[in-house]
Amino acid sequence: MAEHIIPPKTYVLVFAALLALTYTTYVVAFIDLGPWNVVAALAIAVGKALLVALFFMHLRHSPKLTWVVAGGGLFWLGILLALTVSDYLTRGWLAGVAGKS
Amino acid sequence: MPEAPSVLAHHFDDVEQQRGAGTLGMWVFLVTEVMFFGGLFLSYTIYRVIYPDAFADASRHLDITLGAVNTAVLICSSLTVVLAVYSAQVGNRTLLLWFLLATILLGLVFLGIKFTEYAHKFAEHHVPGSDFVYPGPYAQPAKLFFSLYFAMTGLHALHMVIGIGVFAVLFVQAWWNRFSPAYYTPLELSGLYWHFVDIVWIFLFPLLYLIGLHLPGIGHG
Repeated sequence: MAEHIIPPKTYVLVFAALLALTYTTYVVAFIDLGPWNVVAALAIAVGKALLVALFFMHLRHSPKLTWVVAGGGLFWLGILLALTVSDYLTRGWLAGVAGKS
Repeated sequence: MPEAPSVLAHHFDDVEQQRGAGTLGMWVFLVTEVMFFGGLFLSYTIYRVIYPDAFADASRHLDITLGAVNTAVLICSSLTVVLAVYSAQVGNRTLLLWFLLATILLGLVFLGIKFTEYAHKFAEHHVPGSDFVYPGPYAQPAKLFFSLYFAMTGLHALHMVIGIGVFAVLFVQAWWNRFSPAYYTPLELSGLYWHFVDIVWIFLFPLLYLIGLHLPGIGHG
């Protein structure tokens, strides 16, 4: 068997969804949601990235091994971000214990 | 017309295995790229956590319209890339050439808009260096924001330049009938690279351009 050929109609639909999400993130950015602005922006960005990866990059019909490599990359990126940010975000806690504000 | 024997390298069992190996290698490369950009996204995250107000304030000096247009241009180019791959899959050389040409042109449009934005930044003295001018209380952290802005968009633009070069080579190869429904791996792999660069921009756009818009005029002395 050969590769899975995705019809152009699917690509155009994904393309339209990507443009709609870009417009959504633009509009939402003007609404004051407090701390949820960054959450909304990142959620939309992740959604767009997933659409690109699954359909444009053909991940949806790729072998499991490709999924493992892509997931592994995200996992390591998660380690990079989570461990470093947890360091920076918790430094103030110790200062509080030491009697500083 | 090139058929399977000329397409298949001798160290692979069949064309499907060969294609799978190529795709896997490209994904591994893209993972290294994720880590490459990841360091910059990490720096951005830390400094934005430390200086949230200054980052929001500095972000308002970017041209949101040009950023949004460039986002749309890149999404269009991703569409032309997948349609180019599709054209190769169904063996339509004419369409393939047109979509490759469209991709190159859209990439150049993106770089042109980016160049215009950079020129504005230089004119406004927002380029970190001895010429940097930023009135108000946020001068130092704003310099950090613009350093990250130029590092991240600059690295992204460098990837665009490389991508356009790659697609120019693919255009010549397609012109000489190098691709067929049996063999289009270079198109597929270059497409993966292009989409990855698109994804990077999908995150850069909201993180750089859109973080200060919901705040009523903050800062400025």
